[in-house]
Amino acid sequence: MHRIETFASRAVPLPTNDIDTDQIIPARFLKGTERAGLGTCLFADLRFDSSGSPVPTFSLNRPEHQGAQILLAGGNFGCGSSREHAAWALTDFGFRAVVSSSFADIFYNNALKNGLLPVVVDKETQGTLFTMVEMHPEEELTIDLPRQEIRWPGGSRSFPIDRFAKTCLLNGVDELGYIMGFSDAIDRYELQHEEGGEVDES
Amino acid sequence: MTVAETAGSKGKRGPRTLFDKVWGSHVVVPEKDAPALLYIDLHLIHEVTSPQAFAELRRRGLAVRRPDRTLGTVDHSIPTIPYDAHSIDPMAAEQISVLEENARQAGIRLFGPGDSRRGIVHVMPPELGLTQPGMTIVCGDSHTSTHGAFGALAFGIGSTEVGHVLATQCLLQRRPRTYEVRVEGRLQRGVTAKDVILALLARIGVAGGSGHVFEYTGSAIRSLSMDERMTICNMSIEGGARAGMVSPDDTTFSYLSGREFAPKGAEFDRAVERWRKLATEEGASYDASITLQADGIAPMITYGTNPGMGLPVTAPIPDPEEFSDLSHRRSFSKALQYMDLQPGTPLIGHPIDVVFIGSCTNSRLSDLRLVASLLKGRRVADGIRTVVVPGSQMVKKQAEVEGLDAIFKEAGAEWRESGCSMCIAMNGDALLPGQYAVSTSNRNFEGRQGKGSRTFLASPLTAAAAAITGVITDVRTLLNGGIRASD
Repeated sequence: MHRIETFASRAVPLPTNDIDTDQIIPARFLKGTERAGLGTCLFADLRFDSSGSPVPTFSLNRPEHQGAQILLAGGNFGCGSSREHAAWALTDFGFRAVVSSSFADIFYNNALKNGLLPVVVDKETQGTLFTMVEMHPEEELTIDLPRQEIRWPGGSRSFPIDRFAKTCLLNGVDELGYIMGFSDAIDRYELQHEEGGEVDES
Repeated sequence: MTVAETAGSKGKRGPRTLFDKVWGSHVVVPEKDAPALLYIDLHLIHEVTSPQAFAELRRRGLAVRRPDRTLGTVDHSIPTIPYDAHSIDPMAAEQISVLEENARQAGIRLFGPGDSRRGIVHVMPPELGLTQPGMTIVCGDSHTSTHGAFGALAFGIGSTEVGHVLATQCLLQRRPRTYEVRVEGRLQRGVTAKDVILALLARIGVAGGSGHVFEYTGSAIRSLSMDERMTICNMSIEGGARAGMVSPDDTTFSYLSGREFAPKGAEFDRAVERWRKLATEEGASYDASITLQADGIAPMITYGTNPGMGLPVTAPIPDPEEFSDLSHRRSFSKALQYMDLQPGTPLIGHPIDVVFIGSCTNSRLSDLRLVASLLKGRRVADGIRTVVVPGSQMVKKQAEVEGLDAIFKEAGAEWRESGCSMCIAMNGDALLPGQYAVSTSNRNFEGRQGKGSRTFLASPLTAAAAAITGVITDVRTLLNGGIRASD
């Protein structure tokens, strides 16, 4: 579905831990029935003041970070609700990867399913990247999924990713199509599966 | 090939946990290079996270595989004033009508706006007997962990996965690790299940359970009612765990007995026989564990902007200097700035504007009874807005039979229709910018209860105490000996 290739881009720093999905996209923007067009609501309460004007100090609004496709975030990014709108808002805004020391589980899954690459780095690397991006916002990071490597001027680190997720992202595998390939196994399972969730007695 | 063999669980096996058993009996295709394909027994849907999934099925020309294992309700965007499709927010009305149409076309049972049994998606299925031990349950909502109180494996998923389950009744899942949360002893007077989970979160933080499924064990958990177990499992996600479970026991079975969709008669007896075998076996091991002593837990309250930033209500707000980790210190300072609170000062006596009693965490009948026990014969303090929102229309009806609504109204509180209300603030119920609320809900994130809202999470008792005094209060100072959390 969403094929990811190696790319290079500047990054926007958001050096706060535990950025939750309510900050990524506040619930009042969840009233639609579509996936598209949520980029305007991304980080709405951090990006805009009460009169709707951009907050000049917020990193996404700073001129030197315009057009950056990598979000460099604090740990436990995406905690909170299961709303996939968080991943949709980030991709619609133009992000292709989020780099952090850790991600909340549901957000991590949602990101992968939308071609938004969650890149986990150790805390030291995270600190190095924050410093670099704040001092040299013009520097580019390269994210190389085939080699599972993030590179920047002066360094590189490998990052982990689930083997299956990697295959899906590199080849644009459609997960739903993949699951439907098991429909015979699902049929057999259902035939034997009692109502109410039996105990496996093996 | 038997189901068990398909599940890849033959061969040597030591004592197993509840999780091991529920997982093992739902694996359709075992995990290898690819994640396991896990069968889902019950799929709950609501108006906010399902429309995009139905649209995807339509785009591909796919049908809903098992409408009989799918169930819908409206809770997130529906207002808590009596429903009128013509006078509510047109976007909310559209979401609700899209769900009605999707459910109608697919033949999915929907507890819609006019249904006397509708309610919050994590309150209604248990009270109807739909949530049962040993099941796998998913929903496009992170608080699906609630259903684990019955010994089900229940977790939240995104909308893409909602589509996967609609089309195939299955999900691709890596097996999570297990984490025992043992709570031993007896809760003190004025201390509730909510305080237990807030105490756990204060200990382990909001990422402490990442990648794990909690199982709550120990004598304190055993002595809790189903409502209380649901409160604890509900907030497992706030500790980073996608699911929380409790081994089913007689408390579970007697709760289910006689419920509308629970098995009946001899079938129920056979089900109980099966369900009993689900409990974690003596000597089974977990990947991680923690023990809390129940009698050491005080009424808890949060001071910051994530649910792990909590403390005993009588304790002072910690000092940022206590955190050695720079990023923690930064998050903490940011939280205190947002909340406009000073380190080292106590929360007791801090003025508030609103009290919210509701949400999938604390809106069940027993929660409302606790609040009523404190409000009876008392008044909400001048200038404090107190909103009581039952978790379902059935909770509402029963509360009215018991006269709880009259107690709330006489005390000066608002009594509403069921829904998520001010917990998610996308339905007309919200705080004003800068307002402080004591809320029985589950998240105190920036803006969660409305733009600029400031939330103190607490138990129904602590919330009721704040309603009466107008400030953050140690509920134990208002108790007259008649109230205990599990009464």
